[in-house]
Amino acid sequence: MSNPGLRQIAFYGKGGIGKSTTSQNTLAALVEMDQKILIVGCDPKADSTRLILHAKAQDTVLHLAAEAGSVEDLELEDVVKIGYKNIKCVESGGPEPGVGCAGRGVITAINFLEENGAYDDVDYVSYDVLGDVVCGGFAMPIRENKAQEIYIVMSGEMMALYAANNISKGILKYANSGGVRLGGLICNERQTDKEIDLADALAKRLGTQLIHFVPRDNIVQHAELRRMTVIEYAPDSKQADEYRQLASKIHHNKGKGVIPTPISMEELEEMLMDFGIMKTEEQQLAELAAKEAAKASA
Amino acid sequence: MSLSVNQDVDVKGLVDKVLEAYPEKSRKRRAKHLNVLEAEAKDCGVKSNIKSIPGVMTIRGCAYAGSKGVVWGPIKDMIHISHGPVGCGYYSWSGRRNYYIGDTGVDSFGTMHFTSDFQEKDIVFGGDKKLHKVIEEINDLFPLARGLSIQSECPIGLIGDDIEAVARAKSAEIGKPIVPVRCEGFRGVSQSLGHHIANDTIRDWIFEKTEPVAGFESTPYDVTIIGDYNIGGDAWSSRILLEEIGLRVIAQWSGDGTLAELENTPKAKVNLIHCYRSMNYIARHMEEKFGIPWMEYNFFGPSQIAESLRKIAALFDDTIKENAEKVIARYQPLVDAVIAKYKPRLEGKKVMIYVGGLRPRHVADAYHDLGMEIIGTGYEFAHNDDYQRTTHYMKEGTLIYDDVTGFELEEFVKGLRPDLVASGIKEKYVFQKMGLPFRQMHSWDYSGPYHGYDGFAIFARDMDMAINNPVWGMTKAPF
Repeated sequence: MSNPGLRQIAFYGKGGIGKSTTSQNTLAALVEMDQKILIVGCDPKADSTRLILHAKAQDTVLHLAAEAGSVEDLELEDVVKIGYKNIKCVESGGPEPGVGCAGRGVITAINFLEENGAYDDVDYVSYDVLGDVVCGGFAMPIRENKAQEIYIVMSGEMMALYAANNISKGILKYANSGGVRLGGLICNERQTDKEIDLADALAKRLGTQLIHFVPRDNIVQHAELRRMTVIEYAPDSKQADEYRQLASKIHHNKGKGVIPTPISMEELEEMLMDFGIMKTEEQQLAELAAKEAAKASA
Repeated sequence: MSLSVNQDVDVKGLVDKVLEAYPEKSRKRRAKHLNVLEAEAKDCGVKSNIKSIPGVMTIRGCAYAGSKGVVWGPIKDMIHISHGPVGCGYYSWSGRRNYYIGDTGVDSFGTMHFTSDFQEKDIVFGGDKKLHKVIEEINDLFPLARGLSIQSECPIGLIGDDIEAVARAKSAEIGKPIVPVRCEGFRGVSQSLGHHIANDTIRDWIFEKTEPVAGFESTPYDVTIIGDYNIGGDAWSSRILLEEIGLRVIAQWSGDGTLAELENTPKAKVNLIHCYRSMNYIARHMEEKFGIPWMEYNFFGPSQIAESLRKIAALFDDTIKENAEKVIARYQPLVDAVIAKYKPRLEGKKVMIYVGGLRPRHVADAYHDLGMEIIGTGYEFAHNDDYQRTTHYMKEGTLIYDDVTGFELEEFVKGLRPDLVASGIKEKYVFQKMGLPFRQMHSWDYSGPYHGYDGFAIFARDMDMAINNPVWGMTKAPF
């Protein structure tokens, strides 16, 4: 790597959890700390850089490559867009849903960026990866010494916890060969029961930390409608400060990532039962019986 | 001739010694694929059609090889697109010697190579659009092609391209059959699954979807040749014999074959199967669906040819039966001359065979007719029913090896010291460098045909040429 000081981080998490929103806000806050940033969107939808560019990135690496013939026909300038406070943005792009191989597209795009020196004069490269690690292509950022720290965006919802655990399994798989580490969990508040405790408990079970709990605030929505981060739209708001805190924690988390200790599905369910979020089979049967009884008496 | 072979060798001991080289797990697995044939055995006592062990240098091919290379490739008036990156099509280009008659590039396309030449963007965005374009270009450039087949390479299955939809749309547009074949190389354990998949596509995309050519008039003597790939002209030297006994061959599958022949096949009175392994599927289907009986035959060597001609004639009337006897008698002087010339030179010579579909058993009696002995045989991709059919041809004590590894075959040859190894190109130079006569039994070593009476004369000459070549007396391996 020609840039030894480079930090490579990646945001993973269940689809719709707020990865792109959280990552863009956090990165916008990192810029305030004088960091030079490159965002690599690894999602065929190409919406990972919308808030930084104030527009949906149209010229993705793969669409330009398809038009030109192949990626070898592209120049870096063709694909790198400059957004809020000089944050560089690239979208890998990919096929429309249901055809082709988006995973291969991610691999192609990332190789192109590296080979063409996109990482040379930045302090951070941040990968924003599509919801589920469905195939090897989407694991590219956690393989081959790319991202050193993975931040998993999650919430107190069952499926988000499940996804976080699964992503940890992916990290564990490549932790020894590629040196990737889990940087921590970022809980994006959904206002579910005992959310912060549950997030904290899962973090502990995975051997990591809940690096920040981002409270729910409608201002995020207001900013998004204007295609802006909260940092830009309402720099003095409380929510902006939350993202600044998260950015600072990530910045000082360098080298503190861990090899995660993912748990089994049974253990995950047990944990949810301990928190009273999931009912045991006996409880469910009892409830069912009560319902039947009520029906019979009516 | 004795009823057993390898009497003076401890073959079982040899097998055990060879197996010692493997780690325990591989040893256990490979042991099941090796056996010494016992008297009166019902099959060869080996496991087959099981995944090869990585690293053992199997010589098996893949499903794509089975479909494009074997079953579909020889249909000469169709264009077979190797769909995917260029390599599979390029390196299998003209790989088999399926002779055909026709004007290449005009109405026949056997020795040409068509590929959709996938690039990265086709993988990422899907290759269907490109396939549309390829089919259009082919149809413009080669208007006399009667139809197309799409031979899927691995990436097609990985990215899930909908080649069936393209085939349907384009077929309607250009008015010719287009057959999508899902023969991705990663499917199955060998080329054998590719044969099966290809057979199934003939059933589903030809029999079910196309109309036979108008004006076909049936006769009571209509037969087909199924599973003859016309290597060096094999189907031709077979066909003339069937015609000479008064039958009409209405289709050749698939050596020198055409789309119309495939379409007409359900009108046959009987399907005659040479390569059982690669085409029994479609024969069984036609029996079930159209009530057409099928029969296996063997046109290697005069004993088997005569037996097969009589068996085939027995399905027809007395005229045909009489014709068969006449034909056998007519060729007898040729047979006698060949045997008189070559048997003294080949008598008692020992052969080890290792090939593919039917030959590890079918060629045995051609060697026996010349006074030679088979001391070892095995198949690349056989199933259990092949090994059941093999005992009939082999003698007690014959070493049987299924999906033999590079190491095993070398050691077996060193241990049994045959006078001839009959196998493929990948083995040829290994054994010739060991100072052993060798004949390629996939491609007939660029000779042939070997089927039929005419083929037997060439077969005998070639075996003599290999074994009695003076060069073996002039070389000495330095090791």
